[in-house]
Amino acid sequence: MFRNQYDTDVTTWSPAGRLFQVEYAMEAVKQGSAAIGLRSKTHAVLASVNKANSELSSHQKKIFKIDDHIGIAIAGLTADGRVLSRYLRSECINYSFTYESPLPVGRLVVQLADKAQVCTQRSWKRPYGVGLLVAGLDESGAHLYYNCPSGNYFEYQAFAIGSRSQAAKTYLERKFETFMDSSREELIKDALFAIKETLQGEKLTNSICTVAVVGVGEPFHVMDQKTVQEVIDSLEITEERADQGAAMQEDRSPETAPMDI
Amino acid sequence: MGIKQQANWSPYDNNGGTCVAIAGVDYCVIAADTRMSTGYNILTRDYSKICKLADKCLMASSGFQADVKALQKVLSARHLIYQHQHNKQMSCPAMAQLLSNTLYYKRFFPYYAFNVLGGLDNEGKGCVFTYDAVGSYERVGYSTQGSGSTLIMPVLDNKLKSPSPLLLPAKDAVTPLSESEAVDLVKDVFASAVERDIYSGDKLEIVVVKADGIRREYLEMRKD
Amino acid sequence: MNSIDATIAEKGLMSSEMGSERTLYPYVTGTSVIGIKYKDGILMAADMGGSYGSTLRYKSVERLKPIGKHSLIGASGEISDFQEILRYLDELILYDNMWDDGNSLGPKEVHNYLTRVMYNRRNKFNPLWNSLVLGGVKNGQKYLGTVSMIGVHFEDNHIATGFGNHLARPILRKEWHENLSFEDGVKLLEKCMRVLLYRDRSAVNKLQIAKITEEGVTISQPYSLKTFWGFSAFQNPTKGAEGSW
Repeated sequence: MFRNQYDTDVTTWSPAGRLFQVEYAMEAVKQGSAAIGLRSKTHAVLASVNKANSELSSHQKKIFKIDDHIGIAIAGLTADGRVLSRYLRSECINYSFTYESPLPVGRLVVQLADKAQVCTQRSWKRPYGVGLLVAGLDESGAHLYYNCPSGNYFEYQAFAIGSRSQAAKTYLERKFETFMDSSREELIKDALFAIKETLQGEKLTNSICTVAVVGVGEPFHVMDQKTVQEVIDSLEITEERADQGAAMQEDRSPETAPMDI
Repeated sequence: MGIKQQANWSPYDNNGGTCVAIAGVDYCVIAADTRMSTGYNILTRDYSKICKLADKCLMASSGFQADVKALQKVLSARHLIYQHQHNKQMSCPAMAQLLSNTLYYKRFFPYYAFNVLGGLDNEGKGCVFTYDAVGSYERVGYSTQGSGSTLIMPVLDNKLKSPSPLLLPAKDAVTPLSESEAVDLVKDVFASAVERDIYSGDKLEIVVVKADGIRREYLEMRKD
Repeated sequence: MNSIDATIAEKGLMSSEMGSERTLYPYVTGTSVIGIKYKDGILMAADMGGSYGSTLRYKSVERLKPIGKHSLIGASGEISDFQEILRYLDELILYDNMWDDGNSLGPKEVHNYLTRVMYNRRNKFNPLWNSLVLGGVKNGQKYLGTVSMIGVHFEDNHIATGFGNHLARPILRKEWHENLSFEDGVKLLEKCMRVLLYRDRSAVNKLQIAKITEEGVTISQPYSLKTFWGFSAFQNPTKGAEGSW
C-alpha cells in the first residue's frame, strides 16, 4: 500500500530529499479535470473542463471570481479550492478597504503560496490538494500564475493543469509566442482549442467547458454559455478548413513526473 | 497648577448636510447637498453624500463624515461578500436590514450617521428607509435626514400626505407624484432649506433610480 | 497634595488615563499647511515653526516630506505624532518597494491608508493629533487630499489646515485656477503664507515650498518672505485707542 516508509507524515524527508506527502498532493491536481489559462498584454482567459461525477449529477464549479480584476481556475480537490478562493476574496476585500485600489495579482499569489507552504511544514496539517491558475490584471498588465500544493508558484504566458493537460500544454507551447499580441477573441479561441486537446476526441460543447475573461476595461466574468457555443461553432468551421491541409499533429506523450516541489 | 485647562477631546464632529428621498410607484429619488462643513467652516463644496451600495439601492448620509465613510465601506465590503455567495445584487430591503444591523452593532459607540436608504424593492416599486444613528428604521414613502431635515420634513408631510401607518389594512406608502414632480419638489425643498440652514448648500445632487438604470442630476445652490 | 494627586482626586477617570498613554492635548505643534493643484502637479507650503503652547520652541521643523515616488505629505499639529506617522509611512513604502514587481502605492492609496490609520486611532480614543495634507501625481493623475485627527477626509483643488482654512482658503477660492503655472502657484502660496504670517501668531517667517510632479518631489530650502511693518498704525499701536484700558 505505501510507497515507502517516508510518506506517512508531511514533514518527514525521504533520504533522497523528497517530501512524499507533498508530492501526493501534487498528484491530486492531476486527478482533477483540466483547467487552462493564457494571457496577452491586456487580457487573460481561463477555461476549464466540466466533468460530472455521474450521469445524475451536475458538474462542480471550477472557475471562481475573486475580485473585479482577478479570477481563478482550479484542478484537484474542489473543496480545497473553495476554501482558498474564500481566502483570496477576503484578502482582496481587505486590501481595497485599506487602499481603495485593487490588490496587485502577483502579491496575492505570493500570499497564497505562503499559505500553502505552511501546510508542508506542520505535522498536524495537510497540504491543499488543489492547483490554481490565477489570472488577473494590475498596473503592469495582465498576468497568469500557477499555484501548486507545494507552495511553489510560477508565472506563465499560458498553462494547463489537471488530467490530460499535457495535450493542452503541447498545444499552448506550440502557439504561445503569438499570445502576447493576441486580441481577446483570439485568446478565447486558443483557450477552447487547448481545452479540446484535453478531451481526447470527445466533442467540445458548451456544456462541457467554462470560459472566463478578465482584461483592460473588462472586469473578470464567466462568459455565458450561449456565447461560448458560438465561439465553439466558429472554430469548428475554421478547423474543418485546416483539416483539409495537413493532418492534425498528435502529441499524446505520457504524463511526466511530478513538477519540482 | 499644572492642570491643563482644555476642552475635552471629542471623537465626533458634525459635518452637516441634508438628505432627502422620495419613493414613487416605479422610481425613487435620492438627493443630498454636497457641502461638507465643520462649525462655521466650510471644508469643501463638492463632497458627495450619496453612496451606491447596490444596483438598485443608494444611501444618502449626513452627520460625521469619517463615520459615514466607514459605514459606507463596511456596507460595500459586505455587499461584495454577498455577491460572491449569492451571485446576485442585494435587494434594497435586504440592504436596509443590513444597514440597521451594522448601525446597531455599534450601539454603545455609535456611528454618528443619519441615513436615508432609497431604491427599488423586489417588485420594482420605489422604497425609502429612514434611520436613526443606532439602527432603528422604518420603511416610508419619503423621508429627510440631517441638518436641514427639520425645515424640510413638514413641507414633505404637507405636500405628500402619506396614508397613516396606523391604517388597517396597511396602505402603500409610495407617493402619488410623477417622477418629474418629485424631482421638482426635491429641488424646491432644498432651495428653501438652504436659505436658513448654514450647514447645507453649494450644490444639490439628485439621483433617480428606475428599473432601467440610474440617472444623476446636479443643481447649483447658495454658496454662503 | 501635589497637583497630580489633585487631578486624580478630581477626576476618577484620570487614574486610568495615567496608566495608559494617550494624547489628550498636543505638546509641540506646527501651524497651517497649504496645498494646491497646479498645471503640472501639486504645490505645498508650510512654515518651520514648532510651538510649545505659545512659546516658539523650534525654528527648523520640516513639515513637508516626500513619501515614496509619487506622494508628498504636509502636516500641522503635534510634531511627534507626525514623526511617528512618517515612520509608519517609511515602513509602508519600504514593504511596497520590497515586492519590486512594478506596482507601487500612489497618493490615493497613501491618503486612504492614512485615513484608516487616523480613524482607527480615534476609535481607540488615542488620536494622532494632526491635520495632514497629502498630494501627489501618478499616471498623469493629480491628487490632493487631507485628513484630520478624527478621520475626516476629502479631496479638493486647494486645501489648507488650521488657521489656513480661515485665512488662506478665501484667497485660494478667489484666485486659484486649473492652469496655474509653477511661478504663479508659488506666488499664490506666498501670498497666503504672508497673510498667515501677519495674522497667525504661531506662524514664523521661515518656510518651505514643495513641488511634486510626474518627475518627482523637490522641496525648497528654507527661505523667508518680504514683509512690511512700516504702516503708521503699527508705529504706535495704542494711538487712537487711548483710554480704552
